[in-house]
Amino acid sequence: MLTVENINVYYGNIHAIKDVSFRVKKGEIVTLIGANGAGKSTILNTVSGLLRSRTGSITFLDEAVDHVAPHLLVAKGLAQVPEGRRVFLQMTVEENLEMGAFTRPKSEVDAGLQDVYSRFERLKERRKQVAGTLSGGEQQMLAMGRALMSKPQLLMLDEPSMGLAPLLVEQIFEIIRELHQAGTTILLVEQNAQMALSVADRAYVLETGRVALEGSAQEMLNNDQVKKAYLGA
Amino acid sequence: MMTFIYQLINGLQVGSIYALVALGYSMVYGIIMLLNFAHGDVIMIGAYTIWISITAMGLHPVLAVLMAVVICTLLGMFIEKVAYTPLRKSPRISLLITAIGVSMLLQNLAQIVFGANAQTIPSIVTAPNITVGSMQVSVTAVITIVVSILSMLGLTFLVQKTKMGKAMRAVSEDTEAAQLMGIHVNHTISFTFAIGSALAGIGAALYCCAYPQATPTMGSMLGLKAFVAAVLGGIGSIPGAMIGGFVIGIAEALVKAAGLSVWADGVVFAILIVVLLFKPTGLLGRTMNEKV
Ligand SMILES: Nc1ncnc2c1ncn2[C@@H]1O[C@H](COP(=O)(O)OP(=O)(O)O)[C@@H](O)[C@H]1O
Ligand SMILES: [Mg+2]
Repeated sequence: MLTVENINVYYGNIHAIKDVSFRVKKGEIVTLIGANGAGKSTILNTVSGLLRSRTGSITFLDEAVDHVAPHLLVAKGLAQVPEGRRVFLQMTVEENLEMGAFTRPKSEVDAGLQDVYSRFERLKERRKQVAGTLSGGEQQMLAMGRALMSKPQLLMLDEPSMGLAPLLVEQIFEIIRELHQAGTTILLVEQNAQMALSVADRAYVLETGRVALEGSAQEMLNNDQVKKAYLGA
Repeated sequence: MMTFIYQLINGLQVGSIYALVALGYSMVYGIIMLLNFAHGDVIMIGAYTIWISITAMGLHPVLAVLMAVVICTLLGMFIEKVAYTPLRKSPRISLLITAIGVSMLLQNLAQIVFGANAQTIPSIVTAPNITVGSMQVSVTAVITIVVSILSMLGLTFLVQKTKMGKAMRAVSEDTEAAQLMGIHVNHTISFTFAIGSALAGIGAALYCCAYPQATPTMGSMLGLKAFVAAVLGGIGSIPGAMIGGFVIGIAEALVKAAGLSVWADGVVFAILIVVLLFKPTGLLGRTMNEKV
């Protein structure tokens, strides 16, 4: 579904991503874990086309997408729920969802809304409310619902658990499991390695812009290095 | 009392023009954080368009007004593409300086082409005054106020209800997140300039009804006052720009009614200073309330 090969991303002179390669196969949940500043968001933004790699290639659904504009990638089936949710605070819940469906034909928007509302009942109750009045957990659900509105083939989530109470984190991961069972392919970025590895099929561990380790989620959970650095054992 | 009411109507007339122009400032600021100082000069070009259309081309005034709206719209989009798009990733000060440069370019171009002297624009509206009781109300004032309010209602509908309008709000709030929704940011910005400039075209026509003259520098003062209106309302806010326009127009008229005409401009800028000192976000300015 997604193949990233040998990318190098810079912010001015800062070399943020160094020779990173990874792949996500159809139907998988793949997680990128790593400490704050490891380069996780930079990678997602590069895949989304907001940033450009100086080298290598990115292939999505068998098509080279290195130079495709971000808004076109969404139409091709790539959605990102950005770090910090980034919902449109001054727009209503429903308008936020409509924006998620920007690339879809008008006739599909209603069905999409019903689908999201059945998954997130809270959002339905608050559909006419401005997103800025939602709690952090509700905003995260809105951000996820908004991404689902584009009917993505690949859903990329950037730290969906960030800043949420443990109960809400459980809920969010439950939703991720459900989406996976419904056939959505997911690339999950997390600092919460424990949670991420518990839902993922495979994982890549990122350290200062490089892939330090990769393997199945099970292998990672049992890896001493990972245990020590990320699982607090 | 009579003079007071006349001045109030006057204030509403001028204020609605300020409001239309202020909307252009506010929409553009909202979407790319640029104080588009060339906006007033787009109005100046609109005024000359009307002048040429009527005097040289012999068009009906209504067609001349349509012509002005079309030319202003195209000019606004052209300026955005040629002068501002290449600087999208530059520091904001570069953008601001470019806007001032475009403003000077347009003024000097107009001076070369049309000369420095004022050109008289034939009346656009020719109808007798309306008599209300013992008062004579000018048709021009009524038309100006009605046209402005209709334009504002149209804009509000566009921004609140249409897909493109919602995209404009999304891009204004968070350009990157908007891209992740599949919104074509360049198109959206271009569209915003088109709408803002179309309103400037309408504003130009209405302004020419009130002051039937075109000069190369006419856009400066009008632009500045509309800019003050936008700041007063809260730059970036559409309802704010509308309210700000009316407040400035009425304030100016009341100062004149009090027999202090020479102070009218001064009062407008005094308002700007007071706003900047005590409520820099303006009446309806955005307050950011991000949740963690
Ligand atoms: N806009 C930026 N400008 C300069 N450096 C940045 C920018 N964004 C991120 N970085 C740097 O790039 C590195 C990776 O950041 P990021 O991808 O945000 O990490 P993560 O998402 O894993 O926390 C960090 O060293 C960070 O300081
Ligand atoms: Mg990050």
